[in-house]
Amino acid sequence: MGPRRPPLPWLKPGLFAGALVPLAVLVWRVAHRTLGADAVAIGLNQLGYLALVFLIAALGCTPLKILTGWTWPIRVRRMLGLFAAFYASLHFLTYVIIDQQFDWRILWEDVTHRKFMIVGFLAFLTLLPLAWTSTDASVRRLGFKRWKALHRLAYVAGVLAVIHFIWRVKLDAHVPFIWAAILGALFLIRIADAIRSRRRRRAREPVTRPTLDVGTPG
Amino acid sequence: MSKPETPEPPSSEVTPEPLYLRRREFLKSAGLGVLTAAATGAGLVALTEGGPGLAHAAGGKGNAAPEPPPLKVLGRYSTDEPPTRYDDITHYNNFYEFGTDKTDPAANAGTLKLRPWTVTIDGLVKKPLTVDIDQLLKWFPLEERIYRMRCVEAWSMVIPWLGFQLADLVKRAEPLGSAKYVAFQTLLDPSQMPLQKTHILEWPYVEGLRMDEATQPLALLAAGLYGKALPNQNGAPLRLVVPWKYGFKGIKSIVKISFVEKQPPTTWSIEGPREYGFYANVNPAVSHPRWSQATERRIGEFERRKTLPFNGYGSEVAQLYAGLDPKTLY
Repeated sequence: MGPRRPPLPWLKPGLFAGALVPLAVLVWRVAHRTLGADAVAIGLNQLGYLALVFLIAALGCTPLKILTGWTWPIRVRRMLGLFAAFYASLHFLTYVIIDQQFDWRILWEDVTHRKFMIVGFLAFLTLLPLAWTSTDASVRRLGFKRWKALHRLAYVAGVLAVIHFIWRVKLDAHVPFIWAAILGALFLIRIADAIRSRRRRRAREPVTRPTLDVGTPG
Repeated sequence: MSKPETPEPPSSEVTPEPLYLRRREFLKSAGLGVLTAAATGAGLVALTEGGPGLAHAAGGKGNAAPEPPPLKVLGRYSTDEPPTRYDDITHYNNFYEFGTDKTDPAANAGTLKLRPWTVTIDGLVKKPLTVDIDQLLKWFPLEERIYRMRCVEAWSMVIPWLGFQLADLVKRAEPLGSAKYVAFQTLLDPSQMPLQKTHILEWPYVEGLRMDEATQPLALLAAGLYGKALPNQNGAPLRLVVPWKYGFKGIKSIVKISFVEKQPPTTWSIEGPREYGFYANVNPAVSHPRWSQATERRIGEFERRKTLPFNGYGSEVAQLYAGLDPKTLY
């Protein structure tokens, strides 16, 4: 017998390759000029949308585990979050470099005057420290508790990203509202779970001294 | 060498059982990995192309019109800038009656019935009337006008319209002295215009011009582009073109033109009075709340260009707004 292999060894490489497919399709369409009349706008929108999809997917891992008891979502969570940061960076850079072509006056106006842009920019900024501290070494350095608290920011990024999306759409905002609803549902699952586990803990605790001794056998 | 039966492979070449099992496991994993990748990739591509503002144009499919020959003589009001591709002009449209994506009108406007079609001219005129579109087009000979078109969304095109001066229609309608504005109305028929079943905008689409704007020689009623009849998605059979104003002033598929005393309501200023005004003159100095209007991307070009006041038609129209605060003219 060799060393124990992790279960579902195909999951991560499969997801990784799949996550790059839309980028490949986008590049292919740009190269073949089949992205439509305003290719810059469409490419920009697609990259932003992908960032949002990956961010919500990453945020969905813990709720999925709560609901199903599966452990594999937690093992792909970091990768999904990093893809969110990756696509958000491409979205941001496409806007600055290709769309606005370093027009600093306009970019400055964007982040000082336009709430739709400010919210999007903040969502992007929020993702950066999360991507930076995504390594195991960072978890050790920060300590798990602090690391976990920091990474709750992912929810803030999710809310900001959805608002950015809602404000971008001119009229028919039903697609952004679907994502807002999904995000809300993920929140609810986590809140319900937190309440439940707190109750369970309280039921197990001696009445007089609340402690954090979770290990007390019931 | 000539032995017909397959020789037993030497035992050194036989895969040992544990390795053989691992290889099977590996192949299974590889298969599942490829499946995961394919499913994830296909799902993401479907998602990105289904969202708002994400679909790429179906342009070029089916019976795409051939590129017409370049136009010969440029009238005094036409620009000599190269016209935008026919395919882009006809597959990148804002016509919310048929969908909110740029590619929706080209895909969905087939339901619009162009004949019979009448245009009603009423309000403060000597003789209100309803005229058949074919009769109307016989009254006014069509001419070629190559105009810049600047969308409020910061993109632009150069479009060779085929139309007649709105001023000619105003003259023929004989408005009364009390008529100060011209109001326009799009067809209201949810069976032909599917999004009129929704409430994303107040239907029918309405627009308006001040009388002196309507009689400015640049203001055009267009019935064609690139030398041919207007495609449905571009506002057939008759639409307004006001090149010094943002594109949304160019109301499409007109059924009614009314002469009125008071400034008429206009669809986008009802929807978002802070974002879209009655005048909607192209003005690089007044930003839209969500984006700058200082620059624009010409469809088909990569580099942004500076947006010009009145979309470059200032020498013709600026005097219409003398004495008015340009900040109120968005």
